[in-house]
Amino acid sequence: MDKEKYKKLVDNCCPKENVLINTIKSFFIGGFMGIIGQGLIDFYSCVFEIPTKDAAPYMTITLIIVGSLLTAFGFFDKVVSWANAGIIVPITGFAHAMTSAAMEYRKEGFILGIGANIFKLTGSVILYGVVAAYVFGLLRFLMFGG
Amino acid sequence: MIYLYSFLVCGIICAIAQIILDSTKLTPGHITALFVVIGVILDSFGIYDKIILYAGGGALVPITSFGHSLIHGALHSAETYGVTGLLLGMFDLTASGIVCSIIVAFFLGLIFKAKD
Repeated sequence: MDKEKYKKLVDNCCPKENVLINTIKSFFIGGFMGIIGQGLIDFYSCVFEIPTKDAAPYMTITLIIVGSLLTAFGFFDKVVSWANAGIIVPITGFAHAMTSAAMEYRKEGFILGIGANIFKLTGSVILYGVVAAYVFGLLRFLMFGG
Repeated sequence: MIYLYSFLVCGIICAIAQIILDSTKLTPGHITALFVVIGVILDSFGIYDKIILYAGGGALVPITSFGHSLIHGALHSAETYGVTGLLLGMFDLTASGIVCSIIVAFFLGLIFKAKD
């Protein structure tokens, strides 16, 4: 059987994901995450009596801890299979990637296991973020002076 | 009103990610890296600041805000220290998030074991 026929056969047998329903689900879950984020910002700025701008890091830290704990207890994968991008794109996805890498490679030891692999999935985010920020920051700094 | 904008902005970003995820063969790893770069580009034109002004948490929750904070910290410290400031201040604003997730991930990795 040649490759194209085989590919067609595989495509026919694979379960088709409903793009529209997935998109609507992601929209509502993502939107809900946005509301939680804004709610946390308002909550912290009210409790600690700080301006809303300074409350954003507290919100990020809270979401990271929640995402990591959900991953550790094994709930996150179930949520992802249902919510898809709605929970991967918010900062919880970043926390999930790092915690799951740490848990996965724990058995290979401290240095070559956790140490070498903790950034396995999140390394790309940090790498391309830093490279892009440096290139675009330099361009903007040279052209507009900051 | 800021809650409605939060809902819409964060929802639209996630919906775009879902459409890319379903219609191409890119993995979630590609999507997050792509969205960070998009955040950097939007902020280098000063667009992301305006979105945050109206949408608040809705713009700060998605991973695009990570790119926004990177370039924002770099440019802020470049105002004082010149070109070296880009290197000095890169992690100024995101340090809390990265450090927190490293520490939490490390200790949870020690305690919990991955399920097969």
